[in-house]
Amino acid sequence: MCRSGVLTALCGVGVGALLLAGCPGPQPDTESPSAGAGAKGEPAPAAGGKIVLGSYMCNTGPFATFGQSSTKAMEMAVEELNAKGGVLGKPIELIVEDDQCKPEEAANAAQKLIQQDNVLCVLGEVASSNSLAAAPICQDAQTPMVTPSSTNPAVTQTGDYIFRICFTDDFQGVVMSKYAVEELKAKTAVVFSDVASDYSKGLSKVFRETFTAAGGEILGEESYNQSDRDFRAQLTKFKGLSPDVVYVPGYYGEVALILSQARQLGLKAVFLGGDGFDSPKLVEIAGKAAEGALFSNHYSKDDPNPVVQQFVASFQAKYNEAPDALAACAYDAVRIVAQAIETAGVEDRTALRDALAGITDFDGVTGKITIDENRNARKSATILTIKGGKQTFVKTMAPE
Amino acid sequence: MWAHYLPRLVLYVAIGSVLVGLDVGLPRLLNAYLVQILVFVACNIVLATSLNLINGIAGQFSIGHAGFMAIGAYATAWLSTTHGQRLLAPYEGQRLEPLLIVAYLVVLMFLGGLAAALGGLLIGLPSLRLRGDYLAIATLGFGEIIRVLLLNLEPVGGATGLRGIPQYSSLFLVLVAAVVTVAALHNLGNSVHGRSLLAIREDETAAEALGIDCAHYKTSAFVIGAFFAGVAGCLYAHYTQFIHPRSFDFMKSIELVLIVVLGGGNLRSVILAAVAITLLPEGLRLVKGALHLPFDPRMAIYSALLIAAMLVRRERVLQAVLPGRKGGGLRE
Repeated sequence: MCRSGVLTALCGVGVGALLLAGCPGPQPDTESPSAGAGAKGEPAPAAGGKIVLGSYMCNTGPFATFGQSSTKAMEMAVEELNAKGGVLGKPIELIVEDDQCKPEEAANAAQKLIQQDNVLCVLGEVASSNSLAAAPICQDAQTPMVTPSSTNPAVTQTGDYIFRICFTDDFQGVVMSKYAVEELKAKTAVVFSDVASDYSKGLSKVFRETFTAAGGEILGEESYNQSDRDFRAQLTKFKGLSPDVVYVPGYYGEVALILSQARQLGLKAVFLGGDGFDSPKLVEIAGKAAEGALFSNHYSKDDPNPVVQQFVASFQAKYNEAPDALAACAYDAVRIVAQAIETAGVEDRTALRDALAGITDFDGVTGKITIDENRNARKSATILTIKGGKQTFVKTMAPE
Repeated sequence: MWAHYLPRLVLYVAIGSVLVGLDVGLPRLLNAYLVQILVFVACNIVLATSLNLINGIAGQFSIGHAGFMAIGAYATAWLSTTHGQRLLAPYEGQRLEPLLIVAYLVVLMFLGGLAAALGGLLIGLPSLRLRGDYLAIATLGFGEIIRVLLLNLEPVGGATGLRGIPQYSSLFLVLVAAVVTVAALHNLGNSVHGRSLLAIREDETAAEALGIDCAHYKTSAFVIGAFFAGVAGCLYAHYTQFIHPRSFDFMKSIELVLIVVLGGGNLRSVILAAVAITLLPEGLRLVKGALHLPFDPRMAIYSALLIAAMLVRRERVLQAVLPGRKGGGLRE
């Protein structure tokens, strides 16, 4: 009987833990038991004088650095809000769940936050595919979900409880093509996109459309695959076309290699990209080859705006590292939710939804944020360049 | 004659009434979170027991099972989003609707299973020439091909994933599917077919000498295993309402192999292992909540428990991985 014993024990651990988890959460003074509390539209009960928010993030897995910096920023925002007396006179508690960057884990984490922890609002995720997995669950349970940094347009199309406080992929493509045409006076471009990423494909599509509409010409298009290491074949082809600009909306890992190899081949064009460029690793890997590359981003830590400077200073002091754009978005997300709870005046999921929909000109780290009728954020984008091995603020591009 | 079938009939009725009881009782007892975990448990039982047919019983080491699941999930989800919803729309709100949805889903499960079985046939054919590590790599390649194809297939969402799948499946249906799968695979394992697969696992040459058509049986193991994986994919997609290629990656296949290895190839143990492996990460969320650690110890504890389990169950595991090694002695 020993052979099934171990498995039974393993099952026992799992079942036992789940049964315990089935009890009404860790706070001793929580009221109604959570079992069966999933009925639609039921307001989140007051959890013992605390306002409970939940976040699901990829704190482990392929985008772990993004998830972790977002989590840090959210925790910092909660601490700051609590130091000022919380919201509605109650302290905020943030429950953080890891989803290993797997869609099914994101779905589990969201269910757990809503059903077990009775959170008032769910925050997450970085990767759009994980947000898309959790969105129908939040929508069905009529719990507001605010994604700080999922840029795929489909996320908020899931339903009227799903909000986004970053700009969409489309906007980044528009901004960059506008900048290329108006500021760089570019006439010709090539597009180099990552086929494995919806983010990259989305940005490329919009850039192509708006650049052509503004009178520019797309000379060619090539693609690569995440984790490719040699891009010389495609870059040699680009060199033959000699475009004014090369649009590479990829992530920093591949982009850094693309930049170095392009310089080795003597490709002279200006490289443009999106917020995937935003990592110190880009300059670390590409070195001098990264000089002059331009990209759109959610914010710049060099922005003289005092809101930005205070955020950067606090983050640096607390975690001893510079906050990336995803941290800035996550920080804004928590503060927007807090403001919406104040506006709603009650701890009620539906009231919070209405308050979130009405957010106008919120003065965030990532710019002035207004939630539009599609529950997306209307806000400005920042153009940055790499100069002297550092990200340097170039320009703020307003929406429309 | 009737007396012979009576115990079995009683068993079926008992299982049926337990399932109906669960269907009525569970949603009242459990919240959506626990129901969802149980759905994933049942899906993993279907997946693991079907992989057990290929890996455990037939001894063909396959690490591409998530690929079959993906075929079933994507094929049926695409059908539902493009045609199925429209087909069922006129009946919305009518009393017949729940019944129609069940009927539709049953048809869909078969279609998803068939699509995956076709994939199983494709991978079963090269398995006739490959053995051991080589076969494992071929199946791994197959799983990755499926994933990359889906990642680039725009009609099913590509890298964005496929969203807006109607939630037709329920805990009850998934449990029924799990019971049917386990019953079918149990009976198969005890049939001439299953014995032939066991013979192939133990010694292919000897099996051939006994007149067993090895090529036929090996391919059939892949086809049947893939069929059930496709069914699981269909149920999974119609529960989560959103699927993404990342859910069917190499790590999912490895998780299933892990369950089979942990279960030691024995059907009952495989089911237990599937339950344990699915519940553990969720159960461990509580450990994190209770300990208030500055980091998330979930995956560390999960991995440590796996290592411990493997150490304790080494004998069984070796038997499953190395056919012919029974009773501890190395076969010369």
